Amino acid sequence: MMNKVNKKILLGVILFAFYILVHVLINTGIIDSYYELNLVIIGINIILAVSLNLITGFTGQFSLGHAAFMSMGAYTSAILTAKFNQPFILALLLSGVVASVAGILIGIPTLRLKGDYLAIATLGFGEIVRVIAINTDYIGGAIGFNDIPRYTNWTWIFASVLVTILLIKRFLNSYHGRACIAIREDEIAAESMGVNTTYYKVLAFAIGAFFAGTAGSLYANYFYFIKPDSFGFMKSIDILVIVVFGGIGSILGSVIGAISLSIISLFLQGIPELRMVIYSVILFVIMVYRHKGILGKREFKIFKSRKKNRKKVEFNVGAISK
Amino acid sequence: MEQVLQQLINGISLGSIYALIALGYTMVYGIINLINFAHGDIYMIGAYVGYAVTRFLGLGFVPALLISMATCSILGILIEKVAYKPLRNASRISALITAIAVSLFLQYTMMYFVKPDTRTFPDVLSSNKISILGGKALLDTKNIYIILITIVLMLLLQYVVLKTKIGKAMRAVALDKDVAQLMGVDINRIISFTFAIGSALAGAAGVLVGVYYNTINPLMGTVPGLKAFVAAVLGGIGLIPGAVFGGFFLGMVETLVSAYGGSIFKDAVAFGILIIVLLIKPSGLLGKTVKEKV
Repeated sequence: MMNKVNKKILLGVILFAFYILVHVLINTGIIDSYYELNLVIIGINIILAVSLNLITGFTGQFSLGHAAFMSMGAYTSAILTAKFNQPFILALLLSGVVASVAGILIGIPTLRLKGDYLAIATLGFGEIVRVIAINTDYIGGAIGFNDIPRYTNWTWIFASVLVTILLIKRFLNSYHGRACIAIREDEIAAESMGVNTTYYKVLAFAIGAFFAGTAGSLYANYFYFIKPDSFGFMKSIDILVIVVFGGIGSILGSVIGAISLSIISLFLQGIPELRMVIYSVILFVIMVYRHKGILGKREFKIFKSRKKNRKKVEFNVGAISK
Repeated sequence: MEQVLQQLINGISLGSIYALIALGYTMVYGIINLINFAHGDIYMIGAYVGYAVTRFLGLGFVPALLISMATCSILGILIEKVAYKPLRNASRISALITAIAVSLFLQYTMMYFVKPDTRTFPDVLSSNKISILGGKALLDTKNIYIILITIVLMLLLQYVVLKTKIGKAMRAVALDKDVAQLMGVDINRIISFTFAIGSALAGAAGVLVGVYYNTINPLMGTVPGLKAFVAAVLGGIGLIPGAVFGGFFLGMVETLVSAYGGSIFKDAVAFGILIIVLLIKPSGLLGKTVKEKV
């Protein structure tokens, strides 16, 4: 018991030291604005991937519209900070809430669908959100939303990533999280055991959408400028790729996936013409030779309560592979 | 009234293109349950092959169509053998990501070789406007060609699937892969054949689009690919008549919506209809509801 507590404290200290280190490096200019930009992108990608992993990896609901929630968050935050001069913390939280409400509204009807059909419905939802954003003049239409104040910095990114991972991790270890995992394993069996499947699917959807919304808010308030096409179908795919690349149903996998894919695309920026070609080949090789993702289902060891999980059953991604 | 008629003609032309692409989607989905996202890009390659053959070899429309179909079917077989076969037993999500990887690969390899600019497709079909119904509507000969070729290809497909031995094998594999194998059907051959046919139809659609709209570019496959997929789902994925119906339905709805002032919401309407149909009848408008067994 003592050991576990010590390890948690140790992890906290390491994380805090990492935060201070990067903070100092940014302030002294050793990490220049280019690398800071990449740190921000990695952080946003981690939040997006972990939140999608909750929906797709842990609850087994195949969503191709995650970028739509991000776009709602981004626009909410942009309107609140640029047009109404609200503080960033309020904008950040409200972005999450707006995305979450949208998640509930779209989730209640569509989550009755299964597998590929749900994927197509969420894809359609994402496209509808994009087309509506393009045709709304109040938020700049197709040209985009300009002059968003920059609030996002290393502290906000670090704190948001940490809070996202911790909350989702805690959620998954709770009664409700286990109900979600049960739905992934076998929806009918879960239902016959008394799990209210619709409720938990919508719940997972709402939580995932909330964090995607906050990621959108961080994105909007860092880049000064957003446009609907940044949150299209390809963005949703990018997030899904991170999740699958890292390992479906592994939070650590999503973190590592986000970091490694961001680094890969950083290196590929030197050869813009062949960038996407090489990216697609890497993706393909990983899927063929390691189709469970680089981490499979392995997890943060340090967060596990060992005694409970000693005889942990090896889960398989039943709901998706069926 | 005249306008409606005119728009219906355009809608049918657009719909035949959607239907041709949707057929490939639906056949591949029916046989290996994979959303083949690379299908839209095979259609793009078909358009480029047609372009190369007509511009650099100076061939006419029909040879271009046939060469394009042949090239695309070889490409389709190749993609299946290299990319999808190793993942046949993997989870659906990894197969889907592989399909997306193939799609990106085709798009950007093409972009690398042919450069991202839009190109003008040579005028291989003369465009004569015929006024019909006492001058109330104009019928372009290109429209007639597109619709005729689509109908011929569909009848051919229907013949292959329903009347030939290999068609019977295809239906058997779609119904139950394992049992079909036990009955002596060579599954790998049938899957390759399905990819070949589907890709050939996409190649034909590519040439027809090149002739009809005159412009092609390496990213032209994405949006029609998604739309055709929507069409396949609308009609009931896995069903050949469903794909045809969905293609024409979507083509007409889109042209009518853009004709009556909603052109900016054209894409949203297509996906809106999709969501409504999925909610009311998830198996598609022509699909049969399958009871889920425990």
